[in-house]
Amino acid sequence: MDTNIKFNTKNLDLFYGDFQALKSINMEIREKEVTAFIGPSGCGKSTFLRCLNRMNDLIDSVKIKGEIIFDGKDINGPIDVINLRTRVGMVFQKPNPFPMSIYENIAYGPKCQGMKDKNQLDNLVKESLMKAALWDEVKDRLNKSALGLSGGQQQRLCIARTIAMNPEVILMDEPTSALDPIATAKIEDLMSSLKKDYTIIIVTHSMQQAGRISDKTAFFLMGEVIEFNDTPIIFTNPHDKRTEDYITGRFG
Amino acid sequence: MQAIKRKKQKETIIEGFFLICAFVAVISVLAITVFVFFNGLKPFISNSYSLWDFLTGVEWRPGSNMFGIFYMIVGSIFATLGAILIGVPVAIFTAVYISELAGSRIGKMIRFAVELLAGIPSVLYGVFGLGIIVPYVLKISPMAQGESLLATILVLAIMILPTVVSISETSISAVPKEYREGSYALGASKIQTIFKVVLPAARSGIMTGVILGIGRAIGETMAVMLVCGNPIAGIPTSLFDQIRPLTTNIALEMGYASGVHQELLYSTGVVLFIFIMIINLAVNKLVKAKVGS
Repeated sequence: MDTNIKFNTKNLDLFYGDFQALKSINMEIREKEVTAFIGPSGCGKSTFLRCLNRMNDLIDSVKIKGEIIFDGKDINGPIDVINLRTRVGMVFQKPNPFPMSIYENIAYGPKCQGMKDKNQLDNLVKESLMKAALWDEVKDRLNKSALGLSGGQQQRLCIARTIAMNPEVILMDEPTSALDPIATAKIEDLMSSLKKDYTIIIVTHSMQQAGRISDKTAFFLMGEVIEFNDTPIIFTNPHDKRTEDYITGRFG
Repeated sequence: MQAIKRKKQKETIIEGFFLICAFVAVISVLAITVFVFFNGLKPFISNSYSLWDFLTGVEWRPGSNMFGIFYMIVGSIFATLGAILIGVPVAIFTAVYISELAGSRIGKMIRFAVELLAGIPSVLYGVFGLGIIVPYVLKISPMAQGESLLATILVLAIMILPTVVSISETSISAVPKEYREGSYALGASKIQTIFKVVLPAARSGIMTGVILGIGRAIGETMAVMLVCGNPIAGIPTSLFDQIRPLTTNIALEMGYASGVHQELLYSTGVVLFIFIMIINLAVNKLVKAKVGS
């Protein structure tokens, strides 16, 4: 067995009530790579992403079948969900900093896990903000509300907040779709620098973005994975006609 | 041309009508204020009773020309504080339970019960207090009667529930789901999410509920009158002491009072009025200060 595999899903089906949103997904996601999910709206890529840290638990009507093996354990089984989420962090489409100070936003996760030491927290906040390339912009206003930051800064704050948990995997659900091109470029730079420490899985609507930043790309359509391969192959030499149609802009 | 002009006229008339409706509230509040203050300040302006004696006195004996309301002010404040101390936490936890924890059926049931509670006339709260709460208080009380500060607090705590619950629930439900998701994604538990993210984010709405609750508690008359005891003197020093809130003082005697006695009942109203204004302003300030930080 390949020890570099972080997630391994087997025959994963997901239903919203009667509607089947994911159909028999089999996918191996490797460690310390950037994996991108592309596909038209409603194809199930975000739903799949949210399976990986059990965020779909929050929706009552969701039923899941099949396995998602993370570190040798099926995370759909009886696991500690909180522990899973500390190891698999998530950044959302709309930047969602909490309505508290910048410092408190970063310290929130570690505090929830019981970290109390002020020095330790101070260091962690600084370190996380530096890793998220936000430190220089906010170091003089750590105690100001996070809601005063620009959209791009807020999103980097959310990334910093996730990094503060020292997760193994960072899930990103269209993290730049609400941002302007300059802020987007900054986040993309950030992703490439984070890649060496973290496994990153990103859902994106922008094929250019997938092409620029990812190592592997999966193309989703109507709840199925049509093709999953090295990014250059997907974009230059896709094996499936539907993938080709999508990336050349014939639909979607 | 003519048609356009007529249409414009119609608009102006309708707008004027709305304006008049809006002024009913403004005029009412002005009229009440002027009326109460005019009558209530008379005895002090004409020197028929000393303002100092009125505000600091601890005996209300109209027959002996003693009109002190200090013990009533203390009673009103204690009763309101007590009701807030008990009622607000219960109300907030109820709101949290309805909006965050309960399944939709149980949530609906509780919400329905709370709404019913809001519709019960206050005299019935008083009757309930007199029939159920007062006897229970008597059982544990060292005093000879159950009408007391404690009974008043308990009745008021129940009475403020609907207001605080419904306003808190609305503001908790209005907290964006993104905050909750963000918190869960950082490995926070449900309870951590509620206390550290949801409630702080709903803070200003909850504070509004609390202000209205305070207003209701300090202004409540009928229910309180039946359970508070209405003594003619004495600052309450224990939960089992009787109290005579400002509101019931007015309601009890306004019907037959005349002369200075009647005017001093209006003065009691002035004090009540000022209290409610101070509370509103203070809590408003508090909310703004907290949101600012």
